[in-house]
Amino acid sequence: MKRLLIVAETDGVKILPSTLPTMTFAQLWSKEAGGAFDLLVIGGSDIQQALGEWQNFGAETIFISSSAELAHFTADRAAIVALQVMKQSGADSLAGPSSTFGRDILPRIAGLCDLPMVSDVLSVVLAGDSLTFKRPTFAGNVITTVQIAGDCGVYSVRGTAFGKPEVVTTVSAIAPIDINFEDLPTGTTWISLDSPEQNRPDVTNARVVVTGGRPLRDADTYEKLIGGLADKLGGATGATRAAVDSGIALNESQVGQTGKVVAPELYIAAGVSGSVQHIAGMKESKVIVAINTDSDAPIFEIADFGLIADLHQALPELISKL
Amino acid sequence: MKILVPIKRVPDPYGRIRLTSDGSIDASDIKWVINPFDEIALEEAVRIREQGAEVEIVAVIIGEAVCEEQLRTALAMGADRGIFVEFNSPADPGIISFLLAAVFKSVNPDIVLMGKQGIDDDFSQTGQRLAARLNLPQATFASKIEIVSNGSAARVAREVDAGRETLEVKLPAVITTDLRLNEPRYVALPAIIKARSKPVNRVNTSEYGSIPALQISVIKREVPLPRKGGRKVGSVDELITALRDEAKVIA
Repeated sequence: MKRLLIVAETDGVKILPSTLPTMTFAQLWSKEAGGAFDLLVIGGSDIQQALGEWQNFGAETIFISSSAELAHFTADRAAIVALQVMKQSGADSLAGPSSTFGRDILPRIAGLCDLPMVSDVLSVVLAGDSLTFKRPTFAGNVITTVQIAGDCGVYSVRGTAFGKPEVVTTVSAIAPIDINFEDLPTGTTWISLDSPEQNRPDVTNARVVVTGGRPLRDADTYEKLIGGLADKLGGATGATRAAVDSGIALNESQVGQTGKVVAPELYIAAGVSGSVQHIAGMKESKVIVAINTDSDAPIFEIADFGLIADLHQALPELISKL
Repeated sequence: MKILVPIKRVPDPYGRIRLTSDGSIDASDIKWVINPFDEIALEEAVRIREQGAEVEIVAVIIGEAVCEEQLRTALAMGADRGIFVEFNSPADPGIISFLLAAVFKSVNPDIVLMGKQGIDDDFSQTGQRLAARLNLPQATFASKIEIVSNGSAARVAREVDAGRETLEVKLPAVITTDLRLNEPRYVALPAIIKARSKPVNRVNTSEYGSIPALQISVIKREVPLPRKGGRKVGSVDELITALRDEAKVIA
């Protein structure tokens, strides 16, 4: 029997939208592999109340592991919870978002069950008897098609490659699960999470992303110009690694191979030269705008609309005219 | 304290990757380097030693004979000794984590410090799988590492999507490194010369029993079609018109 368990990304209180593309993947997997799928939600005591739409995406059962002790769970503990649920549901495969959450926990579970893991899945296709997957390698410069040994695997799903899941008429059953906390490892203690106050949409699921590079010079100018334009468009702010490293923008806004991968409808890059690593994180955007003084900047080679201009003049003008 | 730093030989991230006609990686003009994330791990190990504690840094590399070049570089960067596990077959994170677990048992380190991913395969699995195999705590994507409790634990700040998470892991543990942990230093010539006399232990994988089968095989590689550029616009007004009337992405 083929059965897939999806590990939902939660913040301890609710399921995060980063899990949506994994539901889409599960629906496709289900068609290709011919199996059913369930959803596992791990979090604090109240997480059960936040299920809402998640019952309408075709998961047979939503397993809930909720407890005050799991409000801030660590990978080693969550992996044991997932293993227990796999045993209970009969799941032989696993999937989750390829966010920092999924990249932390999914390989650990793959290691515990000794399953092959395909990271950053872009597509899943049945070829003959076996499933094949496309995934990015070399910072997205080479797309590799891989096959796993056997039928079962662990999959981290690249969010930008899968759209929204279909809403189905069946409603997922809900099954709370009992965890014996004495069975969970104790080697890791969660201490804290510092999340900057963010009143803009998250860069990974915003419709518009406005990104700034080092020419922004300082955090105030970045906030005024990049933040200002993002607010005008109801978008999120992004940054290059150089801008983050020089203290102009926050870590969480970094777009690129080692930052976040985004694919908004509109991506505006101001003062961004377009390094291979940066382009790896945004080249799937629908429409790309580049504003740069250097007409030879590589970003212009992929931009739909390029404006050779100084961002310190162009951005205020753009903000005032929109 | 003992720190084990697994390293990987990868193509220079600033070089261009080309494919041969049969779809394999064209190695003809690749410059090979230590995986940049592993370099950060090595640098961090050296910094922990520089804080004054007695630390032995053991670098390990798994692969074909040519990998010894990167192991020597690791010794020049500050590793005290090297382990070279010769392995000539295709590998995946399942196999590498198996071999590293065997190395772990022979070295008995307090910390395994390694890159969060190889910049070639971009799997980002090996550290976590290793921690799972050994049943050790893991702290991935580290941007700050502090040894605490008299060397029995590490406090690790992690770069996560929501911000900066701090964990405390009991040692031994596996810690994987992110870009912002440190900036590796430049290796000076005397260190390179000195590294030649540092010990390297060659290990044959037959010592490790039967190696698990390859779980992930590559069927095809392709270079994605480059995104086509559009056109230049002459002014902010022209840009607004294009976005509104042509691309229809703004109202």
